[in-house]
Amino acid sequence: MKQNWFKSGDPWIWLNAGAVAISLILVFGLLGLIAINGFGIFWPKSVITAKYQEPGGKGKQILGEIHDIETISALRISESGVQIPKHKDTFQRYLLKSTRVGTELPFNRYLKYYLKEIKYPKNIVVVERLSGGIFIGYLKGLKNSEGLKNSGRKSTAISNKKLEKQINKKLDRAWALHKKIKVIEKNKIGRLNYRQEELNLLKLKYQYYKEKDQKKYQTIEKELVDIKIQYSRLQSEIGKLRSKINRDVLLVSNHLRDKTEIPVANITRFYFPNRMSVFQKSGLYLQKFWEFISDDPREANTEGGIFPAIMGTVTIVILMAILVTPLGVIAAIYLREYAKQGLLTRIIRISVNNLAGVPSIVYGVFGLGFFVYFIGGGIDSLFFPERASYKPTFGSPALIWASLTLALLTLPVVIVSTEEGLSRVPRAIREGSLALGATKAETLWRTVLPMASPGIMTGLILAVARAAGEVAPLMLVGVVKYSPSPPIDFNAPFIHFDRTIMHLGFHIYDVGFQSPNAEAAQPLVYATAMILVLVIVILNLTAISIRNRLRERFRSLEN
Amino acid sequence: MSKSQFKLRSKRLSRRSIKDLMAKWIVKGGGLSAIVAIFLIFVYLSVEVAPIFFKAKQTPIALAYPIPGDSSKTLSISLEERLALASRITQSGNVYYFKPKTGAVTQRLKLTLPDKVNISAYYKPEATSNGNEDEGGKFNLETLVLGLSNGQILLAQTSYKVTFAKNGKRIITPTLNYPAGNKLISTGGQSPIKQIAGALNSEGITLVSSGGAGKLHITRLEKSGSLMEDESKMTISTSEITRPKNEKIQDIVLSKDQKSLYVLIANNSLLYYDISDLKKPLLLQTLPIGSENENVSQIKLLVGGISLIVGTSSGKLSQWSPVRDGQNRKRLQKLREFKTLTSSIIDIVPEYRRKGFLVIDRSGSLAIYYSTSNRLLLLNKLKQTDASRVYVSPRSNAALIETRSGKLQFHKIKNEHPEISWAALWKKNWYESYQKPEHVWQSSASSDDFEPKFGLSPLAFGTLKAAFYAMLFATPLALLGAIYAAQFMAPRLRQVVKPSIEIMEALPTVIIGFLAGLWLAPIVEGSLAAIILMLLLIPIGVIAFGYYWQKLPINIRSRIPDGWESIILVPIILLVGWIIFTLIGPGIENSFFNGSLTTWIQQELGIPYSQKNAVVVGLAMGVAVIPTIFSIAEDALFAVPKHLIQGSLALGATQWQTLKQVVLLTASPGIFSAVMIGFGRAVGETMIVLMATGSTAIMDFSALLGMRTFSANIATEIPEAEVGSTHYRVLFLTALILFIFTFFFNTIAEVVRQRLRRKYSTL
Repeated sequence: MKQNWFKSGDPWIWLNAGAVAISLILVFGLLGLIAINGFGIFWPKSVITAKYQEPGGKGKQILGEIHDIETISALRISESGVQIPKHKDTFQRYLLKSTRVGTELPFNRYLKYYLKEIKYPKNIVVVERLSGGIFIGYLKGLKNSEGLKNSGRKSTAISNKKLEKQINKKLDRAWALHKKIKVIEKNKIGRLNYRQEELNLLKLKYQYYKEKDQKKYQTIEKELVDIKIQYSRLQSEIGKLRSKINRDVLLVSNHLRDKTEIPVANITRFYFPNRMSVFQKSGLYLQKFWEFISDDPREANTEGGIFPAIMGTVTIVILMAILVTPLGVIAAIYLREYAKQGLLTRIIRISVNNLAGVPSIVYGVFGLGFFVYFIGGGIDSLFFPERASYKPTFGSPALIWASLTLALLTLPVVIVSTEEGLSRVPRAIREGSLALGATKAETLWRTVLPMASPGIMTGLILAVARAAGEVAPLMLVGVVKYSPSPPIDFNAPFIHFDRTIMHLGFHIYDVGFQSPNAEAAQPLVYATAMILVLVIVILNLTAISIRNRLRERFRSLEN
Repeated sequence: MSKSQFKLRSKRLSRRSIKDLMAKWIVKGGGLSAIVAIFLIFVYLSVEVAPIFFKAKQTPIALAYPIPGDSSKTLSISLEERLALASRITQSGNVYYFKPKTGAVTQRLKLTLPDKVNISAYYKPEATSNGNEDEGGKFNLETLVLGLSNGQILLAQTSYKVTFAKNGKRIITPTLNYPAGNKLISTGGQSPIKQIAGALNSEGITLVSSGGAGKLHITRLEKSGSLMEDESKMTISTSEITRPKNEKIQDIVLSKDQKSLYVLIANNSLLYYDISDLKKPLLLQTLPIGSENENVSQIKLLVGGISLIVGTSSGKLSQWSPVRDGQNRKRLQKLREFKTLTSSIIDIVPEYRRKGFLVIDRSGSLAIYYSTSNRLLLLNKLKQTDASRVYVSPRSNAALIETRSGKLQFHKIKNEHPEISWAALWKKNWYESYQKPEHVWQSSASSDDFEPKFGLSPLAFGTLKAAFYAMLFATPLALLGAIYAAQFMAPRLRQVVKPSIEIMEALPTVIIGFLAGLWLAPIVEGSLAAIILMLLLIPIGVIAFGYYWQKLPINIRSRIPDGWESIILVPIILLVGWIIFTLIGPGIENSFFNGSLTTWIQQELGIPYSQKNAVVVGLAMGVAVIPTIFSIAEDALFAVPKHLIQGSLALGATQWQTLKQVVLLTASPGIFSAVMIGFGRAVGETMIVLMATGSTAIMDFSALLGMRTFSANIATEIPEAEVGSTHYRVLFLTALILFIFTFFFNTIAEVVRQRLRRKYSTL
């Protein structure tokens, strides 16, 4: 029986089945890993207080959010120099995030074995701050510039409730002011800066071409002075708002009863994680998630949101699609409908097909050399010679070059699948159209292309999916870790091809591998990765549904 | 039909045909330009790469004008950065500034020499550069150490200060100053100095002089104040080396760091002294160079002051450099020999900023060499055959040649990428201060006189290593999976499974790389034993499960229809994996390897381990490659005509026999092309390698060490590379190599696949 079973080859079939199973585990494990870690970070975490006492060491009181509990072997602990009892093989270890003090890192690991008096105090508050990370401690009171106004006693929950309400009110006020400041900074000052830059460039141009008309200079100078006046006016306005915003101060204390003050202006939100219900936590979760995808990054990309990166990714991909679709479709039509089908066409076809397999970094190198330095540098020296010593306009990595590089990268994909779509259109339909007196162009435009549109869409899907996830070539031709101004704004011409942009994929690389505090940023990287996967899946699904609808429409014709 | 109606119709027709024609041209133009755009990549990359293989070119600008200034002996000529001006210092103590193109003297300065004293020896240490590129441009401080007939020494320094006038015009002001102060430096000897050498930096000056035989005087001026010009703040210390038998001293060379002293004495012996301790000069080595019937005619230091170029009377050239030997002693070692010239070497001039040098030989030939790449870039017999000396410009883009008959020639030189040769790229190369020839990639460093090391072998090796480990993991999984999905899987399941695995292809590699670097690498380090065990035990577990499954009663087995085996295997594999990970792995590590396999490997076996290693890259890149191979191989296997399979089964073959002898054989070209394409992808993958390896360019196949690949190297270095520099072009070369390599593999795969398709259609 045993002999037979092995002889029959069934074990091999089982092995094959195992390979599929492993592949499936890899796919879903990977997606699951990203999803769990990415979604998990927004969930409010419980806070503990405890006493940490290592043998021989000084005991210390600790307070922190539980970020992870891991089980590790005794050896790895003793490697790190911590003494442990001999009788146990594995230990549990807490990863706690506490308030950052000075240069100390916020993340610390503690063995559960040495933690005494672990408590989950209900009245512990987590204060999220604009700068300086989170603060964990107890609410003590609220102060404004006139002095102490209200103080909560930790024993009575009622007065704390009152205090919270008051803080919330102050927070709302601070946020309203923040918004005002942001509007001034982003819109008004942003516009002034943009205009000032324009004027400076114009001045450079006049100087370069030795413009004789002094009046032109004067108008520029006049406007520049005007801008300066407006600018200082806005600045003083902001200053006033700032002093208003800084009126309220929150009094808090930490677990060691050290009192600190946090300006309300610096607070984004506060919550009591240990007494929140699941429902409340979910609400907070959604808030945080929304903040993550709609806010600008803070603190060197390690906090805040990723909105500019999302916007950059979408902009670059859309621009790429606009560039690649007509080119790819026309090339495919040429190859399939107009070119003589011979050896040469076959060679071209194979080559185009193969280019899809050329490493993307090669396209990046080409983009950098050809687009950025050759074409971009050429444009600069032709049209903006006056800016040579100032700064390059198109002769440096920029949105347009990134999109063009991506378009070139995805061109083979679009050509190949459009050709496939064209080849599926039955001969009879073409011949019928021609027989009815339509010209070749009319036949193509009215009958063949619509029928090939599912193929074109497939190509576009694949192109978009590939483009959205590409990082290697982009980091050479226009994607940066932080770009001060978005590619699309309200200043004419609204879309700025010469600006650098942010990108989700590069954001992952940068924050995960280039930032000094990689551990603190790691959860954010998971979340960014998850968003990137979502963007790609959504782009894919949209395109697939469009394709399916189109296919449905032409199905009857094909048969 | 009336005539007018007909006209109208033909008009409309013509408009339509014009449209048709236009469409035709638009499509033709657009299509061709799109295709051309794609091929442009190849052409452009080649164009960018080509210059590194060009030879140097020399264009005479001015031939033979009389030497500007007086007719006494030229000590040194130096050219200004942008060749606007040159200066000539003569033995009579005059400094003439002249236009290098015409020889017209613009200015004359005079060195302050005491009465009745003349210059009896001179030495030109390596020039130091000053200022920066943006404002006014770099300028060189060229020092000349002058030994006088009264045994004293004078240091003179010439430079060209560049300022810009309001209209943007460049104004060059020649300056002449005395770095050691105006006073002469006494060496201890009174007789005329015959041989001299010196070196200076911001801390001090060291001078070595000799009256011609027997004795060497060493003088060191150390700065104690802040300004070097202020002589009062210099402490002077002296020392002497006495040679036995009053040997004639022919030449002295002092290294830039003021520590190594090379003295050439009669009978072609080179003495190598360590004079870092001035009081106790140490003779490290006495080295016979040259042979019986040839004399050493020239010794010069290359820029950086590490290597010596030795030229002989028979036209031989070689490079020598101090190298630590087995006992950690510094010994002069011949790094390489250069192509021999036909007659005696009479002048060697090192380039200012890179490790090349210019040579003049007795027959009047000008040669340009580069040390690292061992290239003879130019060999040109000059028109006047009595050339005696050559002077190179700071940017190595021009040279002045002096003839014995008192003429000066001015040549422009185009020699942009001397650093590259076939051997420099691919072979072991003996770099300065290395103990032996090695493969090294090290493209840049902070110091100016750094020797760039463009050895591509470690990168090529790393690329193939990464791809190899990835394929090792991906190929079996993907191919076995494809076989099952195509031949045994239930059609309904296949419809779900195939796209889900293909989803992984759309998963950005930056995400896989990030997980590999931050999540997988620590896991592999912590539970290496479990990872290795999983590779072994999971297949065994699967087969064992299969064995016991078919022993189960039929009514349980029949609940799972045929072709769904892989789904019941998912929990089994997860379970086995979990057991290995939490129980067996740690158990083995604890009981056999003192708790940690990685530590044990490092300490007991002495095998180095780095956290981001080939195992991590192999697993991560394997995941990225699996969908590619799976998808193509599955297509090929699924397309095997069904009647072949059914025929085989009908003849009594088992499923496995059919698969082995019919399906696999028929589809083997498709499988081959799947593997090829997967390999191509692994070779070019960038982000995973960038994030999951340490990016160290080493040549070690160990799975426990990292690597640096072509693609990761490009990604990290090209943003910093100066446009048009050799480094930039070498990076383009690596991109071109990647392009050609992947293109080649893909073409093979594609041709094979097309053949297969045709075969299927005939079956």
